[in-house]
Amino acid sequence: MAGQMDSKQRQTLLKVLRYMKRYWFFLGLSVLLAALTVASTLYLPLLTGDVVDCLLGAGKVDFTQIFSILKKMGILIAVTALAQWVMNVCNNKMTYQIVRDIRNEAFAKIEILPLKYIDAHAHGEIVSRVIADVDQFADGLLMGFTQLFTGVITILGTIGFMLSVNVGITLVVLVVTPVSLFVASFIAKRTFTMFKLQSETRGEQTALIDEMIGNQKVVQAFSHEDEALEQFDRINERLQKYSLQAIFFSSITNPATRFVNSLVYTGVGVTGALAAISGRLSVGQLSCFLSYANQYTKPFNEISGVVTELQNAIACAGRVFELIGEEPQVPEPQDAAVLSKVQGKVALSDVFFSYEPGQRLIENFNLTVKPGQRVAIVGPTGCGKTTVINLLMRFYDVTAGCIRVDGNDIRMLTRKSLRAGYGMVLQETWLRSGTIRDNITVGKPDASEEEVVAAAKACHAHSFIMRLPDGYNTVIGEDGGSLSQGQKQLLCITRIMLCRPPMLILDEATSSIDTRTEIKIQNAFAKLMEGRTSFIVAHRLSTIRNADTILVMKDGHIIEQGSHETLLAAGGFYANLYNSQYSC
Amino acid sequence: MKKLLVYLKGYERETVLAPLFKMLEALFELFVPLVMAAIIDTGIANQNRGYVVRMCLVLVALGIIGLVCSITAQFFAAKAATGFSTKLRHALFAHIQGLSYTEMDTVGTSTLITRMTSDINQVQSGVNLVLRLFLRSPFIVFGAMIMAFTVDVKAALLFVVTIPLLSVVVFGIMLWTMPMYKRVQAALDKILGLTRENLTGVRVIRAFNREEEERRHFSADNETLTGLQKSVGRISGLMNPVTYVIVNGAIVLLLYTGAVRVDAGALTQGQVVALVNYMSQILVELVKLANLIITVTKAIACGNRVQSVFELENSLKAAGKQDSQKGTKTGGFGQDACATVQFDHVCLTYAGAGSEALTDIDFTAKAGETVGIIGGTGSGKSSVVNLIPRFYDATKGSVRIDGLDVREYDIETLREKIGIVPQKAVLFKGSIEDNLRWGKEEATPEELWKALEISQAKEFVEKKDGGLRAQVAQGGKNLSGGQRQRLTIARALVRKPRVLILDDSASALDFATDAALRKAIRTMENSPIVFIVSQRTSSIRHADKIIVLDDGRAVGMGTHQQLLENCPVYQEIYYSQFDKDTVGQPVAKEGK
Repeated sequence: MAGQMDSKQRQTLLKVLRYMKRYWFFLGLSVLLAALTVASTLYLPLLTGDVVDCLLGAGKVDFTQIFSILKKMGILIAVTALAQWVMNVCNNKMTYQIVRDIRNEAFAKIEILPLKYIDAHAHGEIVSRVIADVDQFADGLLMGFTQLFTGVITILGTIGFMLSVNVGITLVVLVVTPVSLFVASFIAKRTFTMFKLQSETRGEQTALIDEMIGNQKVVQAFSHEDEALEQFDRINERLQKYSLQAIFFSSITNPATRFVNSLVYTGVGVTGALAAISGRLSVGQLSCFLSYANQYTKPFNEISGVVTELQNAIACAGRVFELIGEEPQVPEPQDAAVLSKVQGKVALSDVFFSYEPGQRLIENFNLTVKPGQRVAIVGPTGCGKTTVINLLMRFYDVTAGCIRVDGNDIRMLTRKSLRAGYGMVLQETWLRSGTIRDNITVGKPDASEEEVVAAAKACHAHSFIMRLPDGYNTVIGEDGGSLSQGQKQLLCITRIMLCRPPMLILDEATSSIDTRTEIKIQNAFAKLMEGRTSFIVAHRLSTIRNADTILVMKDGHIIEQGSHETLLAAGGFYANLYNSQYSC
Repeated sequence: MKKLLVYLKGYERETVLAPLFKMLEALFELFVPLVMAAIIDTGIANQNRGYVVRMCLVLVALGIIGLVCSITAQFFAAKAATGFSTKLRHALFAHIQGLSYTEMDTVGTSTLITRMTSDINQVQSGVNLVLRLFLRSPFIVFGAMIMAFTVDVKAALLFVVTIPLLSVVVFGIMLWTMPMYKRVQAALDKILGLTRENLTGVRVIRAFNREEEERRHFSADNETLTGLQKSVGRISGLMNPVTYVIVNGAIVLLLYTGAVRVDAGALTQGQVVALVNYMSQILVELVKLANLIITVTKAIACGNRVQSVFELENSLKAAGKQDSQKGTKTGGFGQDACATVQFDHVCLTYAGAGSEALTDIDFTAKAGETVGIIGGTGSGKSSVVNLIPRFYDATKGSVRIDGLDVREYDIETLREKIGIVPQKAVLFKGSIEDNLRWGKEEATPEELWKALEISQAKEFVEKKDGGLRAQVAQGGKNLSGGQRQRLTIARALVRKPRVLILDDSASALDFATDAALRKAIRTMENSPIVFIVSQRTSSIRHADKIIVLDDGRAVGMGTHQQLLENCPVYQEIYYSQFDKDTVGQPVAKEGK
């Protein structure tokens, strides 16, 4: 099969081998046991043949010899079974540990991937690489170890044994072999493209299902069901066609190779019987040959199945390795400084940035923030507000220019110390499955109970937490489970309240909290922001009026800058924006 | 699962022929050892070369017939299985589309999507395999035993012992490991959840410098999974060695019995070889059968899950269908002049919820009026508007449009007259035009542009490459939140609705755009009844009627000025958004 493997597949295979190296002992043991198993499995028919040769006819059976042979067979069977079991255990161990290593590595990679990658790729797709693809790979690898391995050894072993018994008949078997190989590879090649077509169409269909059922409420509101069904049926029909082809052609492999096997079997039968007639072969040897013919061709049967599985597994492994091989975020310089005792002076000078090269977003951005200043960023949707935050936290690196905190270029600081300097609350809340307390103490795992409660009280989260079945120990599901959006947001704010970092970033932090609660939280925020450099992004202008500086952004540029009063007096964009709250 | 089998309809021929041909193949396979025995006993013993060659031709013929039968069977099985799953998918998709909000809420979309995709795929392979192997494997196992009996009854008794013994081992190990595999799956789900969490929460995790800890957490869970996998592997790894011992042990005994019988003249050499061959055939088939049973069990479980989706019934349909004629007869909506939406003491309790989401909502809105609905998170704002297009049915009281209960309308006629802009701005893959035409299939380009103009989307659509033809990616990913929202508004406007519902749908718009939008809507010719749901007082303060909701009750109703005077909740909301002392200013400005 190596012939049809392209260079990418070969590279993937090499990487797999590198992972195996760690388990060379088990690999060696497994090969050894496989050889032993195969050898004794092959020796057994020889003994059976010997017994058959003793059965010359009524009254002519040599029982003493038969007994000694049968005893040998018994021991051989026991040894083979034991070797087989140990081999299975070895293979299992190896496979699952390799898979574990790969998963750990993939996950570790996720933790250091640049956000650019994570933002640009569907999360489901990355997850399926780490979970489903690796799983498929494990199945393939295990199958490869247990079947491909022993299969190949069996073929080679059988040829050896057959040669030792009779050269002529062995040659007959060998001549038919290429046919079997050819048939298997022919079918595997055809089915590969068909399976690809099938999985592509399946993907297309899943996307449609995802879209239509995921947004069923809209579909129903616009009575779009019939059109959706029509669209679905068109893909469904295509899928039926491709599935039929893929399933049918792949299922031909078995009968086809079985047919080739029966040819081998017949070939052995006819040449063997003719040789027996001319006295060059005993009947026992013939029966031994016949069972060899079966054993010899069976691996071909299996291998052809395994090859499809392996190809799939290699494709899966390729996808995981692609993830593992992704460029990680720019590493920190060796002498990266640790930001400590943050004063909160932030300066952006001549900053240029865009998510896609060629696209223009933030250009020539300059801003100096004094320690303790409150900076509000407003502007129409898509003007680059959130992008500024991405740059401050160093989720993305500037394309040109630089950002300094307390005079240090943030690229020369450790990410850890820079990010520890900020407390961030985003519009999109994120909570993990775990207890409420786990979620609050994310930033300060060693916080005392009093600290947690105090923080929750400050954010007006304490009362709703106490109403939950187990208070702070209530376990919530993934992404907050049954909590309302507002409650989730309160927890995220509490999280920051607990750490009290020297600088704050609030991105629409109160957007999903109803205004009555919000005004209470504003007080908490005001307390939190005291003496801390803060960046606030908001739609609601009322929430940012107290800022020291308001930046009005449009299309990646600061178009106005100043306090609420001065901006209002200037009668520019901000004044327009602000007044539109009232006069419409 | 059983009920799903109706989708095999139209494939009866294939369903019967597939296993039949498979059995034929098996039958011919069973003859092979007999032919070989004849070669040994007749051909070799009598030195008859011609006989040997003839018998070998028979073997080749058997092989060819087997091949043809088998390929035919595979084709029919594949055809039946794919045809079955195609029909099943179609039916399930149509069924899910017919479910109402209530069912969607209880089941959850991600579950439904899994049912549609991976579950049906499993069922398909289950059907395919059953058609191919379910008859074949037992047929060969018992066939081999019967053939052994035809050779020699006494030796065949060994088969009677071996087969049950093998079955016990094969199926026993299977039953033993099945629950363990479930635990493996659970552990796998756990690391899947962790991976997903780390992707969705990547910003938070990095902001809190949790990377190291997350990695440790993952390693620990991963180790648990590996441990479970290994322990399952140790047990399922017993399968091969144990069956090997049994079958070969049986062969040893068979040889001994054979030797005794040959010595007694009851058996020939060739017959003993045939018996040994039959014994080997049994093992192969039993292992196949065990694998088959695993796949089939999985497929049945998946099938049952699919079946349970079919059993969900649309809670709205019952009323809607029987009265649909009445609805169409009544002509749906009356003349423009008398368009009204009336809530008559409406209460709503969601399925499975303990308390009412809405309590005694009562009001009337007329054509051209704007109704603002305001209240805190979870106060029931969206619930009110969801009742108008009948996404849910009122549990008490009634919602009437033009004097007729919404439950009496044909549901499609009803929804055609209503333009809804949902909270979440959802667009679909296709061009902007395709998306807008959801509102009205036969809309003219002028109508589309007009709608875009009102929704403040004209400008950015014009700038797009291709204008109306510009492509929208799945979920509208290539558009900004504000652009998406404006397009969803345009989509609702294209149909020139009689009732327009904006469910907090201007949240991603800045204030200026929001204001311009509301202004444009007021100038629409067909003067729809407009419902605006919002948390911002600025969005609704100019409404003809504002309904203030608190915990599902209308705690205030009236104009902005009236509510400011007499509704404490409204006051609280309003002042939380505009400081008391500055409020006077802009109001005065407006007065000028």
